[in-house]
Amino acid sequence: MEYLLMFIAAVFVNNIVLAQFLGICPFLGVSKKISTALGMGMAVTFVMAIATIVTYLLQKFVLDAFNLGFMQTISFILVIAALVQMVEIILKKVSPSLYQALGVFLPLITTNCAILGVAILVINKEFNLLQSVVYAVSTALGFMLAMVLFAGIREQLALANVPKGMKGTPIALVVAGLLAMAFMGFSGIA
Amino acid sequence: MNKLKIVLNGLIKENPTFVLLLGMCPTLGTTSSALNGMSMGLATAFVLICSNVVISLIKNIIPDKVRIPSFIVVIATFVTVVQMFMEAYLPALFESLGLFIPLIVVNCIVLGRAEAFAAKNNPFDSMLDGVGMGLGFTLGLTILGSVREFLGTGKIFSLTIYPEHYGALIFVLAPGAFIALGYLIAIVNKLQNK
Repeated sequence: MEYLLMFIAAVFVNNIVLAQFLGICPFLGVSKKISTALGMGMAVTFVMAIATIVTYLLQKFVLDAFNLGFMQTISFILVIAALVQMVEIILKKVSPSLYQALGVFLPLITTNCAILGVAILVINKEFNLLQSVVYAVSTALGFMLAMVLFAGIREQLALANVPKGMKGTPIALVVAGLLAMAFMGFSGIA
Repeated sequence: MNKLKIVLNGLIKENPTFVLLLGMCPTLGTTSSALNGMSMGLATAFVLICSNVVISLIKNIIPDKVRIPSFIVVIATFVTVVQMFMEAYLPALFESLGLFIPLIVVNCIVLGRAEAFAAKNNPFDSMLDGVGMGLGFTLGLTILGSVREFLGTGKIFSLTIYPEHYGALIFVLAPGAFIALGYLIAIVNKLQNK
């Protein structure tokens, strides 16, 4: 029950993109088509789950154990950057089909602030390992949901007659604002 | 003259917020008031200036292949400095900016300027570029923060302009950030096309 509530809260109520403003770059950058949005969403889910486990263990067994808390930012970003490279290399060998689907998105993920953000958040919230993983996966699914919804609207938007000054990013931001408003409606449920 | 051009380039012509559209996460996440926006801008500017100078000084020592990781370490060092300084001297501000302080590391502006400018130019020019870009980012965040605070609560920098109950609270909340930024960019586009 606790995990179900956490899932609902992370996907709908505190949606990472629309309520917490993390991962805006890929949200605006690769959301022109539903298929690419879906691919990016899956890649983020995959990396976020692994990155959260690794950084959690790093924090507990290295940083906390040796009283190196001030190294958190530096060590997390390096671990995430290395991890993304490693995931890319392993996927290429082990599962070429999955690599085909996610490959192009992987290098972009290092600079996705949602990954580092969630890694730090689970430490700040003092979750245990299982809670952290559930939180990371549900947050990533929330990211995917927002991406896919947004991409769907943008596909329709490409056909609409938008005033010249509003074309491109401005109208996309206004649409994202309306989507965020819709997600505010969930705020009572968890 | 040429030096002035480097500063103005970041401040106006290639303004990171309104023209280059870099660093969107802190832009949207920390501008619930003008003061928060400006503080975030200044913190990023500090990191940007320091990392630009250091990277430009060590650019000839670093092998090309490990360029990006080394840049990230330099940036992360300065972010940690800012983080510890704020926690010690400005705890209230540190609390309200929260997660976005460590996330300066993954702000595309900082790494972007390191790669695009500091890795090719001398330390002094890199510092000026950092000043220009940093102040440009601060300017963008302050404007967005002011607009949101004004429409949402009737204040700018906590200075009451009109009674608070006429304000539309939505502008202080998440959706208002997207919508306000969307219209501001549209206005900037309009002005540039003239």
